[in-house]
Amino acid sequence: MTDRASRSAVAAAVADAHRREWAFVLAATARVAGSIDLAEECVQDAYGAALDAWLRDGLPRSPGAWLTTTARRRALDVLRREQTLRRKLPLLVAPLGDEEAAVHPGDVIPDDRLRLVFTCCHPALAREAQVALTLRLVCGLTIEEIANGFLVPQATMAARVTRAKKKISAARIPYRVPGPADLPDRLDAVLTVVHLLFSTGHTAPGGASLVRDDLVERALDLGRMLALLMPDEPEVRGLLALILLTDARRAARLDTEGSLVLLEDQDRARWDPRAIDEGLLLVDGLGRGRPGRFALQAAIAAVHARAVSWQDTDWPLVLLLYDALLVVWPSPVVALNRVVAVLMVSGPAVALAEVEALESDRWLAGYRYLAATKADLLRRLSRNGEAAAAYGEALALADNAAERAFLLGRISEVGAGG
Amino acid sequence: MSQYLILIYSPEGDSDAVTPEEWQRAMVAHGRFGEQVVEMGAKILGGEALQPSSTATSIRGDVVTDGPFVETKEVLGGFYLVDASDLDQALAIGKLCPSHGGGVEVRPIMDTSGG
Repeated sequence: MTDRASRSAVAAAVADAHRREWAFVLAATARVAGSIDLAEECVQDAYGAALDAWLRDGLPRSPGAWLTTTARRRALDVLRREQTLRRKLPLLVAPLGDEEAAVHPGDVIPDDRLRLVFTCCHPALAREAQVALTLRLVCGLTIEEIANGFLVPQATMAARVTRAKKKISAARIPYRVPGPADLPDRLDAVLTVVHLLFSTGHTAPGGASLVRDDLVERALDLGRMLALLMPDEPEVRGLLALILLTDARRAARLDTEGSLVLLEDQDRARWDPRAIDEGLLLVDGLGRGRPGRFALQAAIAAVHARAVSWQDTDWPLVLLLYDALLVVWPSPVVALNRVVAVLMVSGPAVALAEVEALESDRWLAGYRYLAATKADLLRRLSRNGEAAAAYGEALALADNAAERAFLLGRISEVGAGG
Repeated sequence: MSQYLILIYSPEGDSDAVTPEEWQRAMVAHGRFGEQVVEMGAKILGGEALQPSSTATSIRGDVVTDGPFVETKEVLGGFYLVDASDLDQALAIGKLCPSHGGGVEVRPIMDTSGG
């Protein structure tokens, strides 16, 4: 019995190390291996060997260091054994620490995990490849898990990851944190990937469940890791705060039947107070200076988190923040969300006029929440016939079961009322 | 260092209509580009401007046809072969490369030395 108990304890320790240390171990191994593929292979082997070794020798004091040493030793063995074979393969472009310090004195960051993240999110890779690579290489998810997360066939996801890894080595995408001149753009790409991961998990684009906890958890892990490694970047802290404050509402977003509950109708007592406290602390620490899109979104989420109810929300402040957000990030989603603040400050007639202006801009054509927002405003103005038509339009664009159920509910509501 | 081919794609104007001043400006731009590449610590290994795509002849199998291989709005107008430390430097070079209202494609060269 003790044997089995210790076996499960060791298995739990390996799983925990996988979750916490994978990125660190892979990033440190990639530098020695000179190739992401080889590093991945060796890290996988090291995790495989950990269970038996730890059962035999006891848990190491630092599992991360044990795994890194083991994976690096394997990589060196392979390199030695296959020296002639691998010599001609393009290696990762990774200057040694000292060399790099001499060339770019300003950008030495003493953690290889950042190199890994910036390599995975390099702009020479397509966005979907950036997301897949980040999940595989930084989070250590299997291809199967990633494929399930994004509802694509496993073979498709495997091909996507293989192609991206091939490009990294063939085109020699450097294994490096970009210099100060490129950092803002490159960091934005990294944050976009993490945010995309979070939104995909927060509102699944298809399938039966609204939230995919696994993706949300991974986005949160990545957000925390980035905040730890780049503590002076306001946008990094902004993104983490945004994820925390949005995800704090998770339990309140679905009712007992699994239907979507809008922010307006959510039971705020079910919001996660610890996530909110952590998020608000980050927002308060954002400081002065021109805020970026993630800091502004976090600030908006903070206004909601502080309000005791939808009606008691500081809507003029929300509108002000949306105006600022639209300047730094002119996107359809922002424009539409801003309409809600307009509704609360100036009423449905003014808000409807804004939606109609957006419609004529055509940049929102086919955006599923445009029709839903318009329908809601028409419903508030008691123009039920038009509202039903707009809800129908929104329904045709919605794939998610919870969202569809919500829209069907509204259609029967306005149908009965008019 | 690695080699990259920088392919310059531009909307094709009427080459007969190019004034001497425009020609001169383009030459100056490419001369300046060459200097910048050296300043970056990279190297231009070669490069040429191409005659207009109307002078191209394509061969598929045995069939010879008039015109470029792929019909596009922007056509391949010239290229550089450069030696750069990595893709980031190659992309930085690509951004500096004059493309006359078009853009460039950066392609890594395959090492075919074998062994």
